[in-house]
Amino acid sequence: MAPPPFAVRAATEWLSARARWHPLEIAFWLAAFAAIYLLPEQHLILTEIAWLGLFALSLDLILGYAGIISLGHAAFFGFGAYTAALLAKHEIINEPVLALLVSGFAAMALGFVTSFLVLRGSDLTRLMVTLGVALLLRELANRYGWLTGGADGLQGVTIKPVLGMFRFDMFGHTGYIYCLSVLFILFLVARRLVNSPFGLSLLSVKGNPLRASAIGISVDARLVAIYTVAAGYAGIAGALLAQTTAFASLEVFSFDRSADLLLVLIIGGAGYLYGGLIGAVIFKLMQDYLSALTPQYWPFWIGLMLVVIVLVGRDRITSWTAPIRRLAARLDWRAAARRVAAASAERHRP
Amino acid sequence: MLTILFDGIAYGMLLFVLASGLAVTLGLMNFVNLAHGAFAMAGGYVTVVLVNKAGVPFLACLPLAFLASAILGIIMERTLYVHVYKKPHLDQVLFTIGLVFMAVAAVDYVMGSSPVFARIPDALQGRFEVFGIGVGRYRLLIIAICGLLTVGLQFILTRTRFGSRLRAAVDDRRVASGLGINVNRIFAFTFAFGSGLAGLGGALGVEILGLDPSFPLKFMIYFLIVVTVGGTSSITGPFLASLLLGIGDVAGKYYVPTLGSFVIYTIMIVVLIWRPQGLFSRAASR
Amino acid sequence: MTMVLETIGLTKQFGGIVASNNVSLQIAKGARHALIGPNGAGKTTLINLLTGVLRPTGGRILLDGEDIGNLPPHKRVRLGIVRTFQINQLFGDLTPLETIGLAVSERRGQGLDWWRIVGSRPDLVTEAVEILERFHLTDVIDERTAVLPYGKQRLLEIAVAIACRPRVLLLDEPAAGVPEDERHEILAAVAALPDDVSVLLIEHDMDIVFSFADRISVLVNGALFVEGSPEEVASDARVKAVYLGEEAVDA
Repeated sequence: MAPPPFAVRAATEWLSARARWHPLEIAFWLAAFAAIYLLPEQHLILTEIAWLGLFALSLDLILGYAGIISLGHAAFFGFGAYTAALLAKHEIINEPVLALLVSGFAAMALGFVTSFLVLRGSDLTRLMVTLGVALLLRELANRYGWLTGGADGLQGVTIKPVLGMFRFDMFGHTGYIYCLSVLFILFLVARRLVNSPFGLSLLSVKGNPLRASAIGISVDARLVAIYTVAAGYAGIAGALLAQTTAFASLEVFSFDRSADLLLVLIIGGAGYLYGGLIGAVIFKLMQDYLSALTPQYWPFWIGLMLVVIVLVGRDRITSWTAPIRRLAARLDWRAAARRVAAASAERHRP
Repeated sequence: MLTILFDGIAYGMLLFVLASGLAVTLGLMNFVNLAHGAFAMAGGYVTVVLVNKAGVPFLACLPLAFLASAILGIIMERTLYVHVYKKPHLDQVLFTIGLVFMAVAAVDYVMGSSPVFARIPDALQGRFEVFGIGVGRYRLLIIAICGLLTVGLQFILTRTRFGSRLRAAVDDRRVASGLGINVNRIFAFTFAFGSGLAGLGGALGVEILGLDPSFPLKFMIYFLIVVTVGGTSSITGPFLASLLLGIGDVAGKYYVPTLGSFVIYTIMIVVLIWRPQGLFSRAASR
Repeated sequence: MTMVLETIGLTKQFGGIVASNNVSLQIAKGARHALIGPNGAGKTTLINLLTGVLRPTGGRILLDGEDIGNLPPHKRVRLGIVRTFQINQLFGDLTPLETIGLAVSERRGQGLDWWRIVGSRPDLVTEAVEILERFHLTDVIDERTAVLPYGKQRLLEIAVAIACRPRVLLLDEPAAGVPEDERHEILAAVAALPDDVSVLLIEHDMDIVFSFADRISVLVNGALFVEGSPEEVASDARVKAVYLGEEAVDA
């Protein structure tokens, strides 16, 4: 017996509720693009925020959506950074966007190969293995100094103009537009992904992997898939860093980078895609401010933030944003109208 | 070659003393304490200050380093760590990373960022030959002290009532507490003891491993390797893992200097793929 | 009578403990087959072996004559062996609609679709709503599973299994833990299962067993003890002896 059409319509509304564009989201991106014209002196830091946001977004994909804790996500970031820098330095690929894509794919390949390491084992094993991979890469980069420039970093990298037309300048104008555009496009793709049946299956795997396999989901395959994609995103973020600074050094693989990244994502909150972006903004602004105060001891403040956030409780911190979310819900009049329609449809059922 | 073996054993035993506290913490409370190295660092710096500034003899500093770290451990445990026990692993990781960063920066501020040294007594310096093996006096002392500690630990664990309570609590916490064992007190004591051991290891290690504010971060991976490869359900597991790691690292750096630590990380990754619960532990039920 | 699921000498040992001892069980097509036995008899272990969560130490499992012993759990689900769990295993943060929708989407092979928005396939949504209506879950259709009353969660547990369109459904104590006033819904759902689904029901409640089953197997200490029609098992003196102290077995 087929269910009545209004019930199906209501159900469709509820299912696709997650995917609807919220007014605050549109405001966020408008502000980000407006900053191109409105905040020209800030373009350098905005560029950093952009690729850091992308890096955090990639971690959100595996941590917030698939539940994989990684202490070594910098492995993919660094791999992408060095790939892009080397492609430019040795003039193998001169056009930055193309080099970006190649770096992304290289990082994806690395992600795919290492994904099998995070499938089995407990949280601690995953921590260890991801940390180990990142440190391993750092060691390799250190040892093969003739290729990577070793501890001094890769010197003599020049980046050609984007698409042959837009030259990189030292004020970050081109850099910001470039990074923001890449971020936006990749964000759109990620947004489709997490709101798709595949994305829903990831949430199910994160929530209850036993149940997920009991409805026919191959947990391992899904995790490998998202881990690979996330690695690609991280690699592109690293490539953006390399391209906008024309430099790459060992610290792209460092533990500090992976740890900072966790903080960035935790500040903003994991599991709703914007956490990494918001966290990147807050983190960079804080870093700018505190580094001016105490340049050497910036790690102390990071550590303090982490300790405080954990002690206060991550969920309590997100609950501080509850008033904003309530306001946002009230602002979303379209969703409210739909809810009213669906509710009245339910009331009229026999 | 046997000299390499000897040095590797010394290194391994030092690692064991450093990491044993972490093994018990992880096995007992399922708590991931990435800040364990900070306690070792504390012991090292206490020793350095006492020897260089106060002229205290090196050997006398060892028990003092133990005590200082143990006390630091108790304070930290009762004030901070206790709030984090029930939280998910990610939170514990973030918390302890935060503590490490704070510790590293604080020590950097107070003591400066250059490596420090402690003068070891003349009697302990140099090597002598035994059957063609170059036996470093200091390393011999390390092996002796650490060996005694290991035997002592094993004795405590297997022959004393405290030890059996500890083993029960590690094996199954709920059942142990149902039997009337005060798990929290055992844990507090064990945490302090483990931190003290780390401090002692830090003091002993100043000469061999070097000491600077980034010590906890540099060696964190080593402790973690010992614990994950060795498992947490016994003393022998981490002990063997430490020896393996120590010999592997020393031999690796000597025979294949271009690859160095690369070897260690690869061993760790391979072991973890093959046996996620560690080489020597019983099959984990967690 | 064709056998849809069959085990031949299935054995599982944990160290020194024999959890399943040489079990040879046949489930007929369209069966309403009950598996009973005292606590610790190995009933859930058997389910875990059939679904692939545990690997047998010996013996074979045949689905329509094909050996499936080497297949991982998710592949067996795709072949039509679906189970429910004795303790609810649901997705706490998802709504019933999302849970059923996901199960249907996976069954249709659309689980890897990463581009389409969830809910944009009307036929899938229709099927999901239809299943939810059948299980009387439409009043909680859009609430987080974790906050649902236990009875509703139990219904969802069965609904998810049905959404996978099983050929063989393994129900592990569907009424376990459900409060009295919500039990009848569970029982009605079990009774209303489609005829083409072969059901293996594990239950302790003898009323349910005898009203539901056309064949009963008794498992004791991991081994098949007695098998037969409800009347045969009910009147078997050995079964009464095994259940001494538990509910009296009424015919």
